[in-house]
Amino acid sequence: MSGIPHDHYEPKTKAEKWVESRLPIIGLIHGTIMIPTPKNLNWMWIWGIILAFCLALQIVTGIVLVMHYTPHVDLAFASVEHIMRDVNGGYMLRYLHANGASLFFFAVYLHIFRGLYYGSYKAPREITWIIGMIIYLLMMATGFMGYVLPWGQMSFWGATVITGLFGAIPFVGEALQTWLLGGPAVDNATLNRFFSLHYLLPFVIAGLVIVHIWAFHSTGNNNPTGVEVRRDSKANAEKDTLPFWPYFVIKDLFALAVVLAVFFAIVGFMPNFLGHPDNYTEANPLATPAHIVPEWYFLPFYAILRAFTADVWVVMFFDWISGGIIDAKFFGVLAMFGAIIAMALVPWLDTSRVRSGRYRPSFKYWFWLLALDFMVLMWAGAMPAEPPYSIISLIGATYWFAYFFVILPLLGLFERPDTPPATIEDDFKAHYGAKPSEPAE
Amino acid sequence: MIRKLTLPALAALGLMTGAAQAAESGGHIHNVRFSFDGPFGSYDQQQLQRGLKIYTEVCSACHGLRYVPIRTLGDPGGPELPEDQVRAYAGNFEVFDPELDDTRPATPNDHFPKSSLPNAPDLSLMAKARAGFHGPLGTGINQLLFGIGGPEYITAILTSYTGKTREQAGVTYYENTAFSTGWIAMPPPLAGDDVEFDDGHSSELHHEAEDVSAFLMWAAEPKMMGRKRAGFVAVTFLILLSVLLYLTNKRIWKPVKKAAKEA
Repeated sequence: MSGIPHDHYEPKTKAEKWVESRLPIIGLIHGTIMIPTPKNLNWMWIWGIILAFCLALQIVTGIVLVMHYTPHVDLAFASVEHIMRDVNGGYMLRYLHANGASLFFFAVYLHIFRGLYYGSYKAPREITWIIGMIIYLLMMATGFMGYVLPWGQMSFWGATVITGLFGAIPFVGEALQTWLLGGPAVDNATLNRFFSLHYLLPFVIAGLVIVHIWAFHSTGNNNPTGVEVRRDSKANAEKDTLPFWPYFVIKDLFALAVVLAVFFAIVGFMPNFLGHPDNYTEANPLATPAHIVPEWYFLPFYAILRAFTADVWVVMFFDWISGGIIDAKFFGVLAMFGAIIAMALVPWLDTSRVRSGRYRPSFKYWFWLLALDFMVLMWAGAMPAEPPYSIISLIGATYWFAYFFVILPLLGLFERPDTPPATIEDDFKAHYGAKPSEPAE
Repeated sequence: MIRKLTLPALAALGLMTGAAQAAESGGHIHNVRFSFDGPFGSYDQQQLQRGLKIYTEVCSACHGLRYVPIRTLGDPGGPELPEDQVRAYAGNFEVFDPELDDTRPATPNDHFPKSSLPNAPDLSLMAKARAGFHGPLGTGINQLLFGIGGPEYITAILTSYTGKTREQAGVTYYENTAFSTGWIAMPPPLAGDDVEFDDGHSSELHHEAEDVSAFLMWAAEPKMMGRKRAGFVAVTFLILLSVLLYLTNKRIWKPVKKAAKEA
């Protein structure tokens, strides 16, 4: 699959030849597993395997949970308790599934920020990046709908708030919201369609994951230097790369085992750490919780949504210029989706000719500020919508947009980047040759 | 290396502050050293039986446990009543049977009844639906050692009545420093010496409150012991697997790194 010169699979036995001439599946698997991989990948390149594991974990536990769950407003909450109390190992399945979603998002954020730092989104990997962003959006939709299924207080009120965002769209909003909910409010029709889609979307994600892998197997992996593998000869390519099996498979499995040890400690000893206590109270449309807080992985974007209130001058300006069509609520919705679209557009917003942040002296600081900004927004999103949190959210949201739409385009023009090593081999040698005591990376 | 660790560390921190979402609780909730706290903690069977007695004689007058099957009183890790006692206990309750279109005495396969007072919340999940602790610094990580503070919250509610009352729209409210608004509609359920324990344990107010809170924690999370055991098995084997994979990885990469050093 890869354009990097390497040995291809040749069927040897009679049986292999028989299969391969009819369906070249052994060659496909061989090509995928043995793909030449830059030998200097660091530990931030492990999250892909963790994400693949998460998807499998969620699908497997989810399919078993569905066997015992009832998607009906009168029965859903009780059926979850039935899973927790009566189903063999049901409590474990549910806690794995609920915390599995958090591990999934934890890993995807590290995966995305790794891509942002090392310029993995840059040519020729734009399609890999865009597909990744679509996967991320689908993950958010799936996670959101999954949180509604236990039909607790936060499920219900979270669903009410989030679907209310669509109601903010001018002219068609209300009709759209009613269409999404299947009625005027979150009710049985909503629960049923969310259940249906929550089951469907993970398989769409699985399909897109295959395309994601196909895309970066065609371009080859990025690596910490951002320098491409030499393709002029097989000998040179082999100096820059190692086959995925066994070098990176074993490395990734080691990382997976360490991550899972922490994950199982959370599932075993503090499984409700990332949940909200209110979701152990059955949904009640007549009692609004004091604070409606989404799951932690939505909080940065939730903070951006709430940051643009009617007293912010940008909001007032757009309200005035659009004749009131873009009011504060709609502006917030645009900002929230805009924040994600900004990430998706980053291949065309970054003008630097150097790919990896490692060789961009100013970029580094802006990048780490963005990472910090993400954390601050996550924290502010959990806080009540009042000063000082609203002002902090506004500053955080402003930096988020400034990073993508102002800093990245300008930085490429004004920054004087360092010189990356000529080859991946040089980088690898510099790392292991000069400092023999350096721990493995 | 430090910089490479910063991103995951920051992300982990954000994850935790994100999780630390303020739940409504009035006054400060004091920690109680329950036997089931921490990864090694387990339920105290005697305490659960005492708590069951308080629930039966006091709480159940108004509150229900609709999600708890009566048979689970005999399950290992719970109050572990003998089978005949579970059967006799179930007989205390009347349940409606749609097939008979009439009420009949409950059997162990039935659930505890619903709340008999419409305004009294069901207690099945109360110990998980309230969080007393969010520390340190609002991260909630302390729950690894102390739990989320649900049973502590219940203990605090039961022991924080000041004795003052006030009337509002025909409803009497009782001042309670642990409750979110400071005034609760529930009259003080326990005063001390409300029940006589079979094991001769003290029935002072705070003992009673802790015992019934422990029972309600069990009612909310009956499979806690199995979960912790599974956690230990999983973590132990994963650490072992990590060590083996670390050594395998090191060995596989050794010639590659050696070649880089010599070249």
